[in-house]
Amino acid sequence: MVMTIDAKGMYYRELNKMIRTAIEDGDTEFVLDNINGQRYIGDGIKAKARITINGTPGNNLGMFMNGPSIEVFANGQDGIANTMNSGEIIIHGMVGDVIGYGMRGGKLMIEGDVGYRVGIHMKEYKSQVPAIVAGGCAGDFYGEYMAGGVMILLGLGSGEDKPITGDYLGTGMHGGVIFLRGEVEDYQLGAEVAVFELDEKDVKLVTKHVKEWCGHFGHDVEEIMSGPFIKLKAISSRPYGNLYAY
Amino acid sequence: MRCNTRIPSGCAISGLMCESGDRIDGSAIINSIALMHDRSNGLGGGFAAYGIYPRRSDQYAFHMMFDDLAAKENFDEYVKDHFIVEKDEIIPTRPFGNITNPPLLWRYFLNVDEKKLEFVEDREYVVNKVMEINSKVPGSFVSSSGKNMGAFKGVGYPEDIGHFYKLEEYKGYIWTSHGRFPTNTPGWWGGAHPFGLLDWSIVHNGEISSYGINKRYLEMFGYKLELRTDTEVVAYLFDLLVRRHNLPMEMAIKALSAPFWDSIDRMEPQVKELMTAIRMVYGGALLNGPYSIILGHSRGMMGLNDRIKLRPMTCGRKDDMLYMSSEESAIREIEPDLDIVWSPKAGEAVIGTLNGDVE
Repeated sequence: MVMTIDAKGMYYRELNKMIRTAIEDGDTEFVLDNINGQRYIGDGIKAKARITINGTPGNNLGMFMNGPSIEVFANGQDGIANTMNSGEIIIHGMVGDVIGYGMRGGKLMIEGDVGYRVGIHMKEYKSQVPAIVAGGCAGDFYGEYMAGGVMILLGLGSGEDKPITGDYLGTGMHGGVIFLRGEVEDYQLGAEVAVFELDEKDVKLVTKHVKEWCGHFGHDVEEIMSGPFIKLKAISSRPYGNLYAY
Repeated sequence: MRCNTRIPSGCAISGLMCESGDRIDGSAIINSIALMHDRSNGLGGGFAAYGIYPRRSDQYAFHMMFDDLAAKENFDEYVKDHFIVEKDEIIPTRPFGNITNPPLLWRYFLNVDEKKLEFVEDREYVVNKVMEINSKVPGSFVSSSGKNMGAFKGVGYPEDIGHFYKLEEYKGYIWTSHGRFPTNTPGWWGGAHPFGLLDWSIVHNGEISSYGINKRYLEMFGYKLELRTDTEVVAYLFDLLVRRHNLPMEMAIKALSAPFWDSIDRMEPQVKELMTAIRMVYGGALLNGPYSIILGHSRGMMGLNDRIKLRPMTCGRKDDMLYMSSEESAIREIEPDLDIVWSPKAGEAVIGTLNGDVE
């Protein structure tokens, strides 16, 4: 049974308590209407649950989340998927800054633009490989200190006045991989990354994620995959290995 | 169920402007800043409002805070010597929520006697007097000193401060607001945002790490920085650069939020020369550190982030209305159906300009 909550004017603590209690009681489907600014939705929930959000959720949506699937029919704010472990978050709109901070698993699908410092400190371990796919453009520090995982940026709507990413791209990056559907200038790159061509395995990986992204947002897979894509990887796995050596 | 314990968070700012000059009452801005309750901790909240005194729009409106009645009596003597007092009255308030120990809140509508202006123009005269009052008149503090505008601020959550000051009874074409989470400086009534000088007002989330450099720079021009907060430098820098040095607003913003040297290296020769000159001449005005600010003045509103976007800001437009806030939801709370919504780039200002006459 679907549990529908009218969250108009509701304080975040009350809302999140209702969801937690219902999940403990066995509910798995939630529709949250009239959401506006409520923080911490889905945080730390360790269960299979589907949460549909109508309205703009507050900061730190899906933080420490472990399992649920969240779909937002509005823009998101800052700190989405902070240290998220598993599950997925789908945003039909654009999002703010520091998205996927320290994210360690699960998927984040964003229809439009993303802000600054997306994927900062993202990491992976064995089969736990987080992914962030965004349809638009990004601000500065995309993939800053990235240590693992996959980030794909499709650059829809980019152009002369709107580059696909800002500056300091992949600064301090030492793991994981970034795929950009567009070009970047050399000066935009952090010192620790370089641009590569995609190999066959890369194309397969990107296609898999793009198919899923197109499924959510209704774009044509072939058109998106016609690219051109570039790949960004760290040129050293331990760029700071000697920093404190003497 | 609102939380009243003091939890570490960030500050909140929100601003709205009707570019056509229509005036709206203060309830919208209260609702907007109230949505971000959890970004504040109850140690400071405030509002700046423009267009609120249309019948006395040619007089300087001084919003004053006095420690006690003796301080007010002392100030009354001072103000009579230096200004023509057209009217003075208590600033109306109502007891509200957790608002305790307010200072004595009074407003004065002032003109300057022509005889005082033989060697100095009137705005310069007023600035000098504001500096003198805040540093030399004991127990008296000027919280705003512009024409047809005023600051309403204090210790408390911003929505409580708004109700305390009965802001629903005022109408303005620009409203800015701030919910404070003081980190480096004490929470006191005068230290709440906005900070104002003449018609400049500033609300600020973050910290000005370059405060020491900016302070020393401003002191060379006679500004006194004694409010125990970093934010006041921003108000004085705009006063110095725009009013006294006559820089266009766009250039003043470039001085405060200058492009990085490596970006300047990639610019076209003419722009490069201009930006190099700005950085060389106005090095002392460069703002460093994490900040998002909203500047209000009689002809407009301006939002600005630090150059590497260490604080949030989202903007929106609907017809003649321009909104800027720390969170998108705080804009949607008062205008759910926006024409456009966007996050400005780091270091690039969003400027709202008054197109028409104020109603």
